[in-house]
Amino acid sequence: MLVFILRRLVQAVVVMLSVAFIAFMLFQYVGDPVNNLLGQDATEAQRIALRKDLGLDQPFPVQFARFAANAVQGEFGISLRQGRKVSALIVERFPATLELALVAGLIALLLGIPLGVYAALRRGKASAQLLMAGTLFGVSLPNFVIGIVLIWMFAVELKWLPSFGRGDVVSFGAWTSGLLTRDGLLHLVLPAITLSAFQLTLIMRLVRAEMLEVLRTDYIRFARARGLTDRSVYFGHALKNTLVPVITITGLQLGSLIAFAIITEQVFQWPGMGLLFIQAVQFADIPVMAAYLCLISLIFVVINLGVDLLYFAVDPRLRVEGKAH
Amino acid sequence: MAVDANPNPAASVTALRGFFDGDVWHSFRSSPVAIAAAVIALIFFVCALFADVIAPHNPFDLATLELMDSLKPPAWIDGGEPKYLLGTDGQGRDILSALMYGARISLLVGVASVLLSIVIGVGLGLLAGFVGGRTDAFIMRLCDVMLSFPSILVALMISGVGRSLFPNAPDALAFVVLVLAIALTGWVQYARTVRGSTLVERNKEYVQAARVIGVGPLRIMWRHVLPNVMGPVLVLATIQIASAIITEATLSFLGVGVPVTSPSLGTLIRNGNDTLFSGEWWITAWPSLTLVLITLSVNLLGDWLRDALNPRLR
Repeated sequence: MLVFILRRLVQAVVVMLSVAFIAFMLFQYVGDPVNNLLGQDATEAQRIALRKDLGLDQPFPVQFARFAANAVQGEFGISLRQGRKVSALIVERFPATLELALVAGLIALLLGIPLGVYAALRRGKASAQLLMAGTLFGVSLPNFVIGIVLIWMFAVELKWLPSFGRGDVVSFGAWTSGLLTRDGLLHLVLPAITLSAFQLTLIMRLVRAEMLEVLRTDYIRFARARGLTDRSVYFGHALKNTLVPVITITGLQLGSLIAFAIITEQVFQWPGMGLLFIQAVQFADIPVMAAYLCLISLIFVVINLGVDLLYFAVDPRLRVEGKAH
Repeated sequence: MAVDANPNPAASVTALRGFFDGDVWHSFRSSPVAIAAAVIALIFFVCALFADVIAPHNPFDLATLELMDSLKPPAWIDGGEPKYLLGTDGQGRDILSALMYGARISLLVGVASVLLSIVIGVGLGLLAGFVGGRTDAFIMRLCDVMLSFPSILVALMISGVGRSLFPNAPDALAFVVLVLAIALTGWVQYARTVRGSTLVERNKEYVQAARVIGVGPLRIMWRHVLPNVMGPVLVLATIQIASAIITEATLSFLGVGVPVTSPSLGTLIRNGNDTLFSGEWWITAWPSLTLVLITLSVNLLGDWLRDALNPRLR
């Protein structure tokens, strides 16, 4: 067991180190940071002084170690485009993305599970077939097209919902929340639906498949034989056993939601980390790119590690295997 | 492919024969969905391929553009002209022609990146499965890591790195970076599939026989194992073309894809998106619809092909 955890930890650290290394290479060698900071007119003496100041005259491993140490403290320098500290920019943008991703995940769960159960129970009926055909569209439609269609329908034609930005927010210290004002909630509707579309279809198909699997098992037949009501069989016995994989997948998908938020944020001009990152990619703003790269990798590595450990806790077979090694 | 040189011709052509087998053809003819998808995909492919012949206007010839003709709605709506069937954009470009040229760029990038990821993925998969040991472990760990990040994120990262390395890249280089970005996110699927089949194939008698008569490992991989593991790769490639086209469109929509001088479907959608609020829905609607129809039909074809070639599902 210890071996398993250690191996996973080592893998996670190796991934983070390689990501940090890529970020570092970007940072030090793409474009000359000295030129970027001083401009073209600086004298040679100024350049040498700054080079020394930045530690660029030191050997490579020392520079990397310093970069990694700074990165661990969330220090990535100053954005080339906005002239502000990258850490401050990220802290400012992070709440918007996290709220969007969480609400989208919630929508996907709250709609996906009942719809999946419905599609499984009504298997073969026209309504369920239609629902499954709909999920095919959810999978093949590019995310930004869904967003554009929603904007066109609900913002341009019907004029029901806003489609631009985050609306009014309430701040609590460093955290800003759009969940507490009417305006903020209205602004959240379209982006959250857009972002949830893919996960919604994923969860729905998964729940349907798991549900069909479980309904074939002996204990369900036995529950029916005991004369339990349909309701109790479906929701008390069957659904409960389909939820374990659903919850793990949803947990894993939280990272994807944050990543896919890049596209949604661009469509709706949502002021989150994704929009910050896209602008950084467009303008080759390396410090911001490096910081986003490290942060998102950290999120993914932590989620994956967490899920691995959770599996370990849930599935006793893994523990036995671990001992046999 | 030199099939006669293969010591096990029966197995090596199974995948290819599957295509022309009466069964597959029959399954195609009896599936209306597959026929419809094939017809739609074919129409788009032909239009894209022969864009410079079919297209009524040349959207890139600035001399023929007239600002007077800008923002015309589709021909059947008041104010539209039969000359511009699907309307014009803000610079007076004919949307139908722009669509054909755009679809050509989208398909080109999609097909090129799928080919590149097949080369990378199949190569690494063969190597991992055939050599085994540390090489295998390393390649598979790499796959795990790649799979734990969503592909659009990886593509964005590579495109971002490319952009900052070559800030004023010429168009050709921008295309190379884009194709590379999409290909480097797509190879993992092929590598895993090919590794799996290679593990099975390498213990078969014909490989041992080849080894015994002194055929080198590289030659065994290329001439003997490779033809026998390509079947699933073809199915995967069909489905991957759709996702490569979507990735390209997404990157172009985000403004980090193809260079602006050669707009793909994603660029057209991005441009049209700006005018959505002033009521010119057609500028963004047609490229979106084209993109959806292309990816949907290719996806459906891929699904059908997978079922048709897999006897267990039949």
